[in-house]
Amino acid sequence: MIPAGNGGNGGNAGNAGVVVAGAPWSDRTPVHVRALRNIWNRLLIGSCVVAATLVVLPLGLILWHLLAHGLSGFNLAFFLNMPKPVGEVGGGMANAIVGTLIIVGLGAVVALPIGIASGVYLAEYGRGRFATMVRYTADLLGGVPSIVVGVAVYGLVVLPMGRFSAIAGGIALGILMLPTLIRSTEEIVRLVPQSYRQGALALGAPRWRVTQQVVLPAARSGIVTAAMLAVARAAGETAPLLFTALGNRFWSLDLDQPMATLPVFIFDYARAPYDDWNRQAWTGALVLVLLVTVISAVLRITVRRIRAR
Amino acid sequence: MSHVKVQHRGVSADGVYKGLLAAAAALVFVVVALIVYEVARGAELSIRTIGWKFLTQTEWDPVADKYGALPYIYGTLVSSLLALLIAVPLGVGSAVFLAEIASRRVGSIVSFVMELLAAIPSIVYGIWGFFVLAPFLRVFIEPWLIEHFGFLPLFRGFPFGIGMLNAGIILAIMIVPTIVSISREVLLATPPTFREASLALGATKAEAIGVALDAARPGILGAIILALGRALGETMAVTMVIGNTNRISLSLLDPGATMSSIIANEFTEATGKLYLSALVQIALVLFAVTIVVNAMARALVYWATGGRRDVAGAA
Repeated sequence: MIPAGNGGNGGNAGNAGVVVAGAPWSDRTPVHVRALRNIWNRLLIGSCVVAATLVVLPLGLILWHLLAHGLSGFNLAFFLNMPKPVGEVGGGMANAIVGTLIIVGLGAVVALPIGIASGVYLAEYGRGRFATMVRYTADLLGGVPSIVVGVAVYGLVVLPMGRFSAIAGGIALGILMLPTLIRSTEEIVRLVPQSYRQGALALGAPRWRVTQQVVLPAARSGIVTAAMLAVARAAGETAPLLFTALGNRFWSLDLDQPMATLPVFIFDYARAPYDDWNRQAWTGALVLVLLVTVISAVLRITVRRIRAR
Repeated sequence: MSHVKVQHRGVSADGVYKGLLAAAAALVFVVVALIVYEVARGAELSIRTIGWKFLTQTEWDPVADKYGALPYIYGTLVSSLLALLIAVPLGVGSAVFLAEIASRRVGSIVSFVMELLAAIPSIVYGIWGFFVLAPFLRVFIEPWLIEHFGFLPLFRGFPFGIGMLNAGIILAIMIVPTIVSISREVLLATPPTFREASLALGATKAEAIGVALDAARPGILGAIILALGRALGETMAVTMVIGNTNRISLSLLDPGATMSSIIANEFTEATGKLYLSALVQIALVLFAVTIVVNAMARALVYWATGGRRDVAGAA
């Protein structure tokens, strides 16, 4: 009759007739059981707090080490200089930084129109089976490992072209941006109040003008934010670039030639047996994180400011 | 007359507009179909030559043109499961903290940190695991594990620092935001009456949370499986910290390799036709596994939140 042991999480043993998982208080509950349940309560809640702390901890550590190892090499030379030949100390990653911007830009050019148009379709017309299938396929694409996308683009673009190229890298990154773009655009366009559409339709505007001239302007800042996030995410991708854009130790702006990118450079430099290169890899990682987080945040705020005006 | 004409023009412009948007949306099918087609085509030679033995053989010798993917499949599974073992209790605990315990302010700070964690590129986790975590494990953790738990085959061997354990920890850090953000959402979606009722019956806070967790179980399971999908496909961080040797070892301290790490390491160097095709076949296996895992996860999350949760937008 009396619950033995702790009355912990889900322990309703002994309390006949009570279906709720937690054992209720009863006047007949012995004092030591109450005490045990209290201790158990504190223990569980305390361990949740500990878990949250442990989860937040790595971010602090990673940021700390990024600054500790990367800051010493973080100077103008890093952004302006080209990589030095093997064995020579110094040099920067100018070509890789520019390369990353170009390839990410290419990816955005490919993905933004398609992704945003698809998202608008899903939000404005997305009721039927076709839309459900699009949603499901976009989610599925979002789950495909980026390295598999790299392998596919290698076969689809690199092999027919006969060489690794910035274009191939851009296409790979564009594919990786698509799913996030589609689903978040849909979500944001859905947030535009129905009354906007109704008002415009009541004034006699055809549907396409309602979408184009009323709904989209209302959703613009949200769409820009979503786009920035998707693009920034892709900027950090390394795996698909390994066998699409490959890498390049020299200055190159040719889109149909191999091109250096920051993530691939970091990867190569981190694994190299030279201390100086390892140090540069840290600086590169710091730059990449800044590129992905800070710049996108700043852009987002700027867009909000402009919108507010 | 003119009225009819205007009407007609309006309708057709609408049709064109909708058609354009729909065409863009249909491109998603084309992209996925092309990926499937290309990976399947690339793997065809390997599938025809090696067959099912590919999945069960342990020998990977490009010089002798022999390819068996078992060590990589093993490495992917073990590193991902290890990551889940670490990330699930921490992630669910944090989600409970965020949804049930924390004040709104603390909650928003932790959520912000989660978003940042999710935004850090995988290569950065890799470099951290390689230069920071590996020495730490080598000097402090692994010798201790060997000394005290060396009788278990799991902790036998030499403290390399890089290896399965390092990969598992790094993966855990990377997938924890997924588990936290979705579990939190699922917990918040359970009716507050569940907690209120159990509290009213005299349950302690932890017991009331237990009731909510019970109700949220399918959704949390979905979050975990979704995180598993991420861990299975993760490449760069793992490639940097797992050590890249193709052997199957019970010990978590030993280096290994995963399906994605072998592709990342050898794809550009693969010279032979069969060699390249074997690597593509690994990509095909990885693709198939992640699709199954993701489909399961999405179905669970969708069911648990009544379709409110948009998994694609999850961090």
